[in-house]
Amino acid sequence: MSALLDIEDLEVTFGRTAAVRGASLRVEKGETHCLVGESGCGKSVTALAMMNLLARGGHRSARRMTFAGIDLLSLPDRAMARIRGNRMSMIFQEPMTSLNPAYTVGSQMAEVLTRHKGASRAAALDRAVELMGRVGITAPQMRLGQFPHQLSGGLRQRVMIAMALMCDPELLVADEPTTALDVTVQAQILRLLASLKREFGLSILLITHDLGIVARVADRVSVMYAGEVVERAPAAELFRAPQHPYTRGLLSCVPVPGRVRRDRPLGSIPGTVPAIAPGFAGCAFRSRCAHAIEVCEHDIPRRPAGGAHDYLCQLLPRERAEPQPA
Amino acid sequence: MSAPLAVQVVPAAAASRIGKAGFVIGIAIVAVVAAAALFGNALLPADPFTQDLGNRLKPPFWMDGTESAHPLGTDQLGRDYLARLVYGARISLLIGIMTVIASGLIGITLGVLGGFFGGRVDDVVLFAITTRLSIPVVLVALAVVGLLGSGLGLVVATLGLLLWDRFAVVARATTMQVRTLDYVSAAWCAGASTAHILVKEILPNIASHLAVVATLEMALAILLEAALSFLGLGVPPPLPSWGLMIAEGKDYMFFSPWVIMIPGVALFTLVLGINLVGDGLRNLLGTERLR
Repeated sequence: MSALLDIEDLEVTFGRTAAVRGASLRVEKGETHCLVGESGCGKSVTALAMMNLLARGGHRSARRMTFAGIDLLSLPDRAMARIRGNRMSMIFQEPMTSLNPAYTVGSQMAEVLTRHKGASRAAALDRAVELMGRVGITAPQMRLGQFPHQLSGGLRQRVMIAMALMCDPELLVADEPTTALDVTVQAQILRLLASLKREFGLSILLITHDLGIVARVADRVSVMYAGEVVERAPAAELFRAPQHPYTRGLLSCVPVPGRVRRDRPLGSIPGTVPAIAPGFAGCAFRSRCAHAIEVCEHDIPRRPAGGAHDYLCQLLPRERAEPQPA
Repeated sequence: MSAPLAVQVVPAAAASRIGKAGFVIGIAIVAVVAAAALFGNALLPADPFTQDLGNRLKPPFWMDGTESAHPLGTDQLGRDYLARLVYGARISLLIGIMTVIASGLIGITLGVLGGFFGGRVDDVVLFAITTRLSIPVVLVALAVVGLLGSGLGLVVATLGLLLWDRFAVVARATTMQVRTLDYVSAAWCAGASTAHILVKEILPNIASHLAVVATLEMALAILLEAALSFLGLGVPPPLPSWGLMIAEGKDYMFFSPWVIMIPGVALFTLVLGINLVGDGLRNLLGTERLR
């Protein structure tokens, strides 16, 4: 099966800081791929680099970066703009600020379709109404004429999702789409994304730091740490047998009723993600890792752990997660 | 999700009652002056240019010796003062509006480009702003008008080329704020072009701030025109500008104080009105719209 999005050895630097260091990512057609990691590990930058929307001063390079067979690295800006919002679209973390306050919801949604497909405004508005119905917005006709400030956070996120779907994209990049929403709305939005994936045959690249979300929606997971993808696995496999100490640490931070003992403190990973300068060698996690040895200061090979599961560590694969050392 | 409730629009800012009254008064003043400027001379029987030397310096209606044909009296050449005042309003508003359009075009373009693109472009814009700020407006306006002669168009061009700095500063700062907001990123992600983002995402969202600047600049332009005309370098006589009326009347102010009082009060009232409108606008949409 050919991958829809195939990124190999992506490097992104901002001046002296290496934000992404050799990250590889494959998103297959029709799968939900979760990109997990803590703040500042390069998740969002990876997505932005893919869309060529890095902030000023950012520089990207990669061995390969293709989307549906198109080489994104050599693509001129104009052609990239035609793909953005059309074949790949993005939804953001903060629905309160991601709609333009100066226009009605309807005109913002219609805009996308008229721009990319040359549709008439009336046709675009019809499509907007249809999609708003699909994402569970009641009274879509009325919403068309409303301004963003008249909608609640959950509604706005639904509008953003509907807007992202206007042109029937193949890939939907969702950058922490539920972080700013309360838990009940969060669940609704996740369910919505899952059903849209089935209905439209979408591939979803879901960026999140919430392993609860990963467990619910992911088909495959890539765990990022300090600009590297340290572990890749099918979701079930990752939760069954996490291999990288960082992944194991992350999982031990999540309370699971019945599995976590109440009289023991919940796991945590000491320290924070280090800022990495170009030229850094070895495992970036070694300063926080309980298993760090001398070998970790040199380049670490990617180890297979059966099937599509691999990880970046000198430790040998183990069948089960051990309890985190105290 | 439960059925959405009927959505109520909450008024943008809880503007104080005094502020609101000021806004209403300001609008009323500007509306009256605008109406006078547009229709006044068509309605008034007297002509602003006809001289009547036998009827010089007649006092206005609240003083002794007034004439019912000239409710605001006459000037030193016997011209009807009310007609001249109304005609002057036309000149003042025209200069105010044209100057704001000219300086707004220059300032907003520079400011938005600088704020949006940053880097070298912003350096150039900042340099232009600092250069402009170091130029004394009145002196340059005097020099230009003195060299090239006076005239309505020239006054507008000069003031327009000199008063864009505040537009540029405000446009630049607000653009920098808006540029980083999510809806701009969302527009990029939706494949919008740079021009689209500048015109449709940035401009509408900084427009409220620019509207406030526009009112302040308009008041300033009107005052500057009056100052230039007072110095004899603004609108050429016999066009009745308020500044020119004050200048022409200054020799007679000890015995006929109304000749400078009337245009002075008119000037003060109009500038006050415009500033009140500006304050009201700021309260109404100033900070609320950016979010």
